Amino acid sequence: MATTYETRKMAVPEVHPEHKEYWEAAALGTLLIKQCDSCGEAHYYPRVLCPHCMSDNTKWNEAKGTGTIYTYSVMRKGTPYAIAFVELDEGLRMMTNIVDCDLDTIHIGQKVKVAFKQSGDQDNPGPFVPCFTPIKE
Amino acid sequence: MAIKGKAYIAGAFEHPTRKAENKSVAALHAECAKGALEDAGLSFGDVDGYFCAGDAPGGVLSMVDYLGLNVRHLDGTDIGGSSYIAHVSHAAEAIAAGKCNVALITMAGRPRSEGRSGLKQKIVGANVPDTPFELPFGPTAVNEYAMATMRHMHEFGTTSEQLAWVKVAASHHAQHNPNAMLRDVVTVEDVLASPMIADPLHRLDCCVVSDGGGALVVVSPEIAKSLKRPLVRVMGSGEAPKGQAAGKTDLTYSGAIWSGPAAFAEAGLTPQDIKYASIYDSFTITVLMQLEDLGFCKKGEGGKFVADGNLISGVGKLPINTDGGGLNNNHPASRGGIVKVIEAVRQLRGEAHPNVQVKNCDIALAHGTGGGLSSRHGSATLILERV
Repeated sequence: MATTYETRKMAVPEVHPEHKEYWEAAALGTLLIKQCDSCGEAHYYPRVLCPHCMSDNTKWNEAKGTGTIYTYSVMRKGTPYAIAFVELDEGLRMMTNIVDCDLDTIHIGQKVKVAFKQSGDQDNPGPFVPCFTPIKE
Repeated sequence: MAIKGKAYIAGAFEHPTRKAENKSVAALHAECAKGALEDAGLSFGDVDGYFCAGDAPGGVLSMVDYLGLNVRHLDGTDIGGSSYIAHVSHAAEAIAAGKCNVALITMAGRPRSEGRSGLKQKIVGANVPDTPFELPFGPTAVNEYAMATMRHMHEFGTTSEQLAWVKVAASHHAQHNPNAMLRDVVTVEDVLASPMIADPLHRLDCCVVSDGGGALVVVSPEIAKSLKRPLVRVMGSGEAPKGQAAGKTDLTYSGAIWSGPAAFAEAGLTPQDIKYASIYDSFTITVLMQLEDLGFCKKGEGGKFVADGNLISGVGKLPINTDGGGLNNNHPASRGGIVKVIEAVRQLRGEAHPNVQVKNCDIALAHGTGGGLSSRHGSATLILERV
């Protein structure tokens, strides 16, 4: 038995001023992460001040957009969907959804790549948000 | 300054209702406050410190006004369901510092009547920094705890059968509690046969959604000794937030790895000294992970520790949640921390149901995990001693 991915109305994220570049890149299919030039550490979600060293010397970097599933859970009440934490190849773990696949085949350690989905709906379209889909091996 | 021995819990009250269709949340707070003060042998006029969290409608100011209190110390710390465990230690700190002598802590809510559950998406206000990067993905109470469960199973081989034993123990205790929302004894097979909610958590891995509330009265040593109730002394406490470490999160442990050792160090005690423990049971995984993090067993061995009735009073080595816990008895306002302290007080006073009362129960622990296990939560640990 399979649990096919279904399109789900995703909550529209509130766009904060310091995340303008992030959402603009997302609309073009690119995932941005913040890197600190003072301490060298990357972080997610993006902040103005580096949460590791408090420097304001943070800049946007393009992530490769690939990673592995750290953990996940498929919701079985209502429209099924797979929430997950994906560990990016850059080492950061981020909350996301696993999409465009049989939700019953998702597993920890699975290789995935970013797949942006638009939040909101036709009446209230929101920004594209970074989901992930399994890389066919 | 340590709080060891500086304050006592003199009053404790758990509202008997589990469904309050015709009563406001504020009225439930008031009834809980009255119940705890009467239990202590005190009155509203004696209260000079007030503590509440996010369930209190209108916050500290509305509640103080509503209850008619005349206080000189306020605390509205909110770390989700574990708030009230932290409130006890904050009250002890305030009493030790001379800021108040009779601290009242109240909580109440009616999620059952209002149709809320752990399946609904969280309601959050504007400007919260993390929500743009989380809310679109549909985090709920259940799937957040489920993701931590999935990783625990992956790393340590924890099984659904082992998790089910936490529910089995809760149901064995709840059969003796006339106020418990669920009183039927269940088996491991019953838990595994219940519908899957969010992989790998079944319906019976989840706590109840109940209306109700509770209150506590924390007092100075002088006042405690002037009252007629058994003396329950605050020995130590710890609290800790855990978030996602800016992308370096590890979901195999909770904030209890920090709050637990802090509480034991302050009390000068170890997990081996604990005769009874109230362990927050929003979900079965919560119990298993907290027991590891508090040091009752090694990391990764929680599955073996909770299995085979080890948590059942009179049967196992560590009786927990003898009221039936959040899984069976009560999880008022979707915040179970106050009930955790109340049952620990009952055990220390020898006032638990005779069928679940722990013999010679002189030292007890109450621990809570409030918020989301995978996103952000607040851990609070409290150690109490009967004098």
